[in-house]
Amino acid sequence: MRDGKTDPGLYDFRPYRDRAKIEWPEGKTVAVWVSPNLEFYEIDPPANPQRKSWPKPHPDVVGYGHRDYANRVGHWRLAEVMERHGFKGSVSLSVALCQHHPDVVANANDLGWEFFSHGIYNTRYSYGMDEAQERAIIEDSIRTVREATGQTIRGWLAPALTHTPRTLDLIAEYGMTYTCDLYHDDQPGPVHVASGRLISMPYSIEVNDHYGFFVYNMSPREYAETLIRQYERLAAEGAESGTVMCIPLHSYLIGQPHRIGPFEEVLRHIAADGRAWITRSGDIADHFLAHGYDDAVADAARYAKADA
Amino acid sequence: MSLDPAYLDYPKRRAGMDHDLYTASNLFTRPPVAWPDGKSVAVAILVNLEWFPILPSDTPFRAPGHMQTPYPDYRHYTAREYGTRVGSYRLLDAFAKAGVKATVAANAAIAERYPSIIADLLAGGHEIIAHSTDMNGTIATDLPEDEERALILKARDTFTQAIGTAPRGWQSIARSQSWNTPRLLVEAGFDYMCDWVNDDLPYVATTSAGTIVSLSFNHELSDRQLIAVQQQSMDSVAQQVEDAFDWLKDEAIRFGGRILPLTLTPYITGLPYRMDAFEALLDGLAARPEAWFATAGEIVDSWQGQAR
Repeated sequence: MRDGKTDPGLYDFRPYRDRAKIEWPEGKTVAVWVSPNLEFYEIDPPANPQRKSWPKPHPDVVGYGHRDYANRVGHWRLAEVMERHGFKGSVSLSVALCQHHPDVVANANDLGWEFFSHGIYNTRYSYGMDEAQERAIIEDSIRTVREATGQTIRGWLAPALTHTPRTLDLIAEYGMTYTCDLYHDDQPGPVHVASGRLISMPYSIEVNDHYGFFVYNMSPREYAETLIRQYERLAAEGAESGTVMCIPLHSYLIGQPHRIGPFEEVLRHIAADGRAWITRSGDIADHFLAHGYDDAVADAARYAKADA
Repeated sequence: MSLDPAYLDYPKRRAGMDHDLYTASNLFTRPPVAWPDGKSVAVAILVNLEWFPILPSDTPFRAPGHMQTPYPDYRHYTAREYGTRVGSYRLLDAFAKAGVKATVAANAAIAERYPSIIADLLAGGHEIIAHSTDMNGTIATDLPEDEERALILKARDTFTQAIGTAPRGWQSIARSQSWNTPRLLVEAGFDYMCDWVNDDLPYVATTSAGTIVSLSFNHELSDRQLIAVQQQSMDSVAQQVEDAFDWLKDEAIRFGGRILPLTLTPYITGLPYRMDAFEALLDGLAARPEAWFATAGEIVDSWQGQAR
């Protein structure tokens, strides 16, 4: 990004009309990916100067216990429901989970889920890191996931969505192809980086379960209806040019007994509809890089200003 | 700019938890639990019966629901007292009508101020667990250990005198504990604590003074969270609880007994316009063949009596 400029220069302007058509495999109109955040929150993390980990003095029993529910209960419930309806997860992973709860990571890997990095812990923030420190957490992420799963991570969602001006350049330099941190579009698009090719992967943060339940205070059934409406709209619009819908989840929320039933109806609906390419983030990135990236660059050139 | 190098040290990055209070455990790989009489879902209703002094304390923090306006806050003092005088009796009548045994986490001040309520709770077959002294008796890590111990012992001793036997269970105000709380509860002779929210079944917590059972009461399935914080209706609460029951009864067929917790606050649920919907919920649950309305002590005893 252009550090210190009012426009960070992350991407080019492309309005949501007259775009080159994105065609998903087999004529599907919307690429649907489900992103369980498999996280570990520390009970007593060190303080980051720019962000507090827990609202209460440690131990924040409710905050910590709520998150821990994911690894004891929620993940297992959610994973079974997803598998039942044919959804493979694309995991936003606190990579230290590979040490703390290897059974959760192995279960996801055995189910054919993809992993990308969500930092070391969701209680360690990138704010204030120098370049060497940021490289250290990227290299740690690549190494840890490879050793635990055999997979090479291709994407990044910043830990607790904490960024630095150099994050995107660095992950592209390390060979990653997508970031889930940019929320400007319902289609993938090129991101400006110093080296490599990086795309923005729509993460649909507005329908993140945390947003549904704690920003918009939805009941479980209201949230399920929201996801279905989101899907229906994107599936319809995708006939013109393929769209992306992410369902970003936290199993300590969606995996609770009063929520998982209504959520299962969402997966049943999408799986039965026929317009969805039910897939993983890395597959979407590969497809777009091969078939849509250059067209998107050409689209953007039509709107480029002389002084840009 | 850079962070303290220690920010990238992870001394607790290891297999299992990052503390020693309890061990990691997957709910779905534990031996199945069977509740009495072939029931599969223990419905655990917990009522918070609280007294808010009109002079609030902010040490270590001000309790949820406490005084909000400048002194004297007649509005909140009396609205909370409404719950005790009126709301709790609506709940007790509803419990009696539906044949429900509940757990009442009461401030010791209730026993000191209103001994007839204690007699009414016991006559109804409900279990009383200690819920600190009064709503100024909050606990967090910055509370000195001797003050916390004194608070726990005062609550215990007050109830021992009022009930005739020592209370077996404990719930902290706002479920907020210090690092010392579980150990102090063990030292005070408590059998179980109801602060953590990380599981759907009881588990054992270990302190340097011995062990204590942790019985989770999901803080989200509460009228405080759903109605007071998230502005949902009692109709919605009822729907969510029924959805949770439906999920848990099906899960129990394959994985053994489950617990459905519901936490109530007399000044929230016990309002006239909410009671009909709440009574309908109770009646619906009471009609379920799988439902076992159980107190915290009955659940812990049944669970402890089973081979694991």
